[in-house]
Parts: sequence; C-alpha cells; structure tokens
Amino acid sequence: MTGRPAKLAEQAPFQGSREARVLELDAVTKIYPSRPPVTALAQVSFSVTVGELVAILGPSGSGKSTLLHLAGTLDKPTSGTVRVTGLDVAMLSDRQLAGLRARRIGFVFQQFFLAEQRTALSNVADGLMYAGCGVAERRERAAAALEQVGLGHKLSARPTRLSGGERQRVAIARALAGSPQIVLADEPTGNLDQATGDAILCLLAELNQAGATIVVVTHDQAVAARMSRQIQMVDGRIAGDSGEAGEQIAVRPQAARNKA
Amino acid sequence: MSPARLGIADVARLALAGLGTRKLRAVLSALGIAIGVAAIVAVLGLSQSSAAGLNAEIAALGTNLLTVQNGQSFTGGTVELPRSAPGMIARVAGVTDVQDTGQVNGVSAYKSPDINPIETNALSVDATSLHLPRAASTSLALGRFLNAATAREPVAVLGAATAQRMGIDRIWPGERIWVGGRWFYVVGILKPAILAPEIDSSVLIGYPAAEQYLNFDGHPSTIYVKAATARVRAVDGLLAAQANPENPSYVTVSQPSAALTAQAAAKGAFSTLFLGLGAVALLVGAIGVANIMVISVLERRSEIGLRRALGATKGHIRVQFLSEAVFLAAIGGIVGVAAGAAATAIYARHKAWAIVIPPEAWAGGICAALVIGALAGLLPAIRAARLSPTEALWSI
Repeated sequence: MTGRPAKLAEQAPFQGSREARVLELDAVTKIYPSRPPVTALAQVSFSVTVGELVAILGPSGSGKSTLLHLAGTLDKPTSGTVRVTGLDVAMLSDRQLAGLRARRIGFVFQQFFLAEQRTALSNVADGLMYAGCGVAERRERAAAALEQVGLGHKLSARPTRLSGGERQRVAIARALAGSPQIVLADEPTGNLDQATGDAILCLLAELNQAGATIVVVTHDQAVAARMSRQIQMVDGRIAGDSGEAGEQIAVRPQAARNKA
Repeated sequence: MSPARLGIADVARLALAGLGTRKLRAVLSALGIAIGVAAIVAVLGLSQSSAAGLNAEIAALGTNLLTVQNGQSFTGGTVELPRSAPGMIARVAGVTDVQDTGQVNGVSAYKSPDINPIETNALSVDATSLHLPRAASTSLALGRFLNAATAREPVAVLGAATAQRMGIDRIWPGERIWVGGRWFYVVGILKPAILAPEIDSSVLIGYPAAEQYLNFDGHPSTIYVKAATARVRAVDGLLAAQANPENPSYVTVSQPSAALTAQAAAKGAFSTLFLGLGAVALLVGAIGVANIMVISVLERRSEIGLRRALGATKGHIRVQFLSEAVFLAAIGGIVGVAAGAAATAIYARHKAWAIVIPPEAWAGGICAALVIGALAGLLPAIRAARLSPTEALWSI
C-alpha cells in the first residue's frame, strides 16, 4: 500500500465543514473514450448528507447509471472530485476502494443478483465476507438484516422459492447488513410489479426513517416522487434538484451549459 | 480503508460454493485428471507390487542355493566336471546339501515313438541324484521322485514344463514316454522350480539308468549346492576350485536368486508407455479444467461484478477462481489416487502379491493434480479479476 492513500484512508470519515456529507460530487465529468468520445456526465455537482432519501431521476442515457458507478466507486471520473464519506476516490488505490465499498457502501440492483443455490441467510452473510467479519458475526448480522426487511421467517429459503419482492428484500438486507454509510439502489423496483414495488419503496422509506442514507436511481417519476429529494438528470447534467431538507434549488440549464 | 483478508476457510467456502452450483460439470472436468492420476498410480503401484511379489517368493525359496555348471573351453568344447565334484563340494564347510544333474547329450524325449523326431519340444534328458527336489527348492506335484531302486530302471520324473508339453497331467500305472529309443515309465511330476528353471523342461532319470540305457558318460553338468545362509559368500568363493581343481576357471558358479532379484527390480521399473499415457490424460484433464474455468468466468460475470461491488478486491476474485480450479483438480487427484490404489489392490490380491502403493505415486499424483489445477486456473482467474465491475454488472 502506498503512503499517501493509506494516510487518507486513516482519515476520519467526516471532517470539518463537510460534516455529515456521505456523498459529494464536485464538477464531476465522465467521458467514455469510445469513437467518438461520449460525455456521460458533465460538471455534475451535488452532495448527499446523512439520513437523506434521494432519488436520481432521468431517462435512459441521461447519465444516471454512470453517476451510480462513480458514487459507488466502481468507476473513476475523468475530471472532478467524488468523495464518499469524506474520502476522495481519486486518492485511493483499487484495494482501498474495495475496502471502502465493503464497509461503507451498500448496493441494491434491479436484477437482485442472488446466488440461487444458497439460502437467503447465506446470500446476505456472504456479502459481509469482504468486510472482514467472522463467520458467526456474519450470520448474526445477516439474520438481523433479514429480520429488518421482514424476512426473519425465511432465513433458510433459497431465492428460487422466494417471490420477486422477497428476493429484492434479501438483496436490500445484503446491502444493509454491513451497516454502510450509504446505500445505492439501481432501479430497485424495475423488475417488480406495481404492488410489490410499492412495498419495496415503503421498506426503503422505513429503513431511511431508521437512519439509513439511501440514493435510488430510477427512470420512474412515480418512484422518484416517493423520495424526499429528487435530482433530475438530463443529458449528463443536473436539470433540477429539489434540494436538501426540502430546500428547492433550481439549476438553470443555461447556467450549467455555460459552466461546461 | 484496507480490504479484508480472506481466511483459508472463506476461500474454501467460496470454491466449494462455486463448484457446488455446477456439480455435473465439476465432476466431468475432474474426471480427466482423475483418469490420468489413476493411470499413473496404478502403473507405479502394480509394478512395485509385482516386484514385491517376486521378492517375497525369492525370500520364501531362500537365497542360499548356488549352482555350479560345467564351462566351455577356448576351443568351444565342453569342459566336463569331474565325477567326483559333488563329493568334493560336500566337504566344504557350510555346505548342507549337494545334488547334481548330468545332461544326457544327443538324447531326446517324446510322448510316443510316432512323434516326428525333430519335434523335441526343447526338452532335455538329465541324469539326476536322488534328492534333487530338496536342493532345488521344489517338490513333487504328483507321484514320487526316483529312489535307489528306480534310479537303475527305465523310469523318469518329469519337470513341470515337460509334463505340460507332453500333455501328461496325471500318473497312472503304465504311463510311459519314449526316451532314446526305448520306453521309460513316468513315476512323478515336479512342481515348477523357480530357482532352477532348467529342471522344469527336463526329463529326469537315474544316473545308473542313464549309463545303462542311454550311454551316458556319468559326468555331472549342474551341481546344486545348498549352503548355510551365513556361509553363502564363503562357499561361493570356494566352489569353482573345489568342483574342478584342474580347471577352476572353466566352472561357472552362480546364485540363481541373484538373477531373480535383478528380474524383480526390472519388473519394479515402471512401464514408460503407461506413464506416458497417464501424463497425456493429465494434460487433457488440465485443458478440461482450464476450459471449464474460462466458461465459468464468462458465465459468472454478474457474480464477479456483484462481489466487486460488495467489496472484493481483484485479488479476492483471483483467489476465488484459482482456488476453484485447484479444488477441482484436487478432487480429481484424490479420486484418481483412490482408483489407482484400488486397481492395484485388486490386481495384486488376485496375483497374491503384497500390495505396494509407493508414496511417490500417491503423493506425486495429488501434487501433480494441485499444480495442474493452479496452472489451469491461473489464466481464467486473472481474466476474472481484470473484469471491470461496471461492465460485469451492467452489460448482461
């Protein structure tokens, strides 16, 4: 491990004026080096503080998936700064980023990504393997997380025997089991019917009430409306942000374009 | 924010879970390695077991038999042993038994006079002393050996191979064979003499009878000497001079068990051909494992992406896939060793040999499997680790 990133890694997650900011994007641009190059994100800046329930809303191609990759440290920006729990992603090595994801970020995917041969408990517990927990602790925390999402009675069920909603609950439990500072959900209701999707959104709201910081990426206006804050993406830019704690900040498209 | 280290138990759990989801495929790809290892273990085991079997036989027969044979002169003629040789040898300290045979030259034996004289079946006719079986570590299979009375009569005892070639498998009154132009009555058949195989293909008759009926000159050609085990070396050194004091250099002294021991060692040397076949099977097995792992990496892109999102480092992914390949190969190796050992055990038991599975066979088999697994899994594991998590998760 090199000296500089290691030092950074030891920093406390929240510092100074950035107190309580779990996710910060500052003038983030992402250009994919294809031919011709594709600008997926242009000068995107926003931050998410502890305890928020945020929707990132946009049609396909608006750059919201790229935003999710960058926020999840699965990819690095072309320019600009991404900070997760105060740590600058650009300053961390690949291994340190993995450690960051293991301990501070939880992911929920549209396709659930559950191992079909493993029980719900194993699916959740295995997710904690990379956070450095012992086997007993993993199972304990997994059971607690499943209890929290209302699947305490289906610990030993395999995903093939679970409904779509239940599968997504297992995936949410997996994201929550490590008590991450932020949960990133990519179209969590995309593969579910209306009623089941509603139940999942209710669950996310409940979990948020219980203290989890959740960012939901969606193309669905109705889903976004259920969140306390909406960030609207269009063509790789923020077209609107309902603002932190209900404060409305409208970013004028014209101004954003000039900035770029 | 350093990543967690995975313990051995976690790595094993990952590998088993990965293989467990595709059991049939795992079994089939391990099979190739199992066959290769089984072939190698069986080849090594069988050759060593057969050597052990022969050695046990030699030990049972004893290594204290020495044979003295007449030699050849510079001109190619036979240098006969003196008639007194057996008696002289009996006086050497440490000699416990002396028996001798004398080849009757120019005489062949047939089952009946109707047989074409050129069909001799490679049988020899030998005059013998009266306690030959005892000295040659053999015994009678049927009937009895010559005694002082029958040694004077046209009576014969057949070696094991002789009886077989003549088609005689029992002794009944009046059973006779055609030797040197007259009938000889068969009174006994010997068991195979492992230390003195020349007796097997011989028709044995008494010295007096040979001299009387077949114009035998009475010179012994082979003398069987049993020595006290502790004295074998010393007796060995004295025999030539004692047997033929005038021409000791024309006497051949040998220890038949030594030749057999060499033969056992040769049997123990494994068959290169089968080892080669085993190696080819191993190679094919390795390619099979590599193939399965490559496919597995392609199929499990989303799993790899998910694990990376959950905090797995590239190293974790590499270790996971590498350990799967090693596990697969190790299972093949263990099954192969078991199968090779079982084949050896069954065959050795059938042949009544001691079951020997040399440690270099089973340990080598398992080690080879592990190395093959690691080599076969290396490239797929590196490819899996290089997969970008975003591509792995969002490009399905």
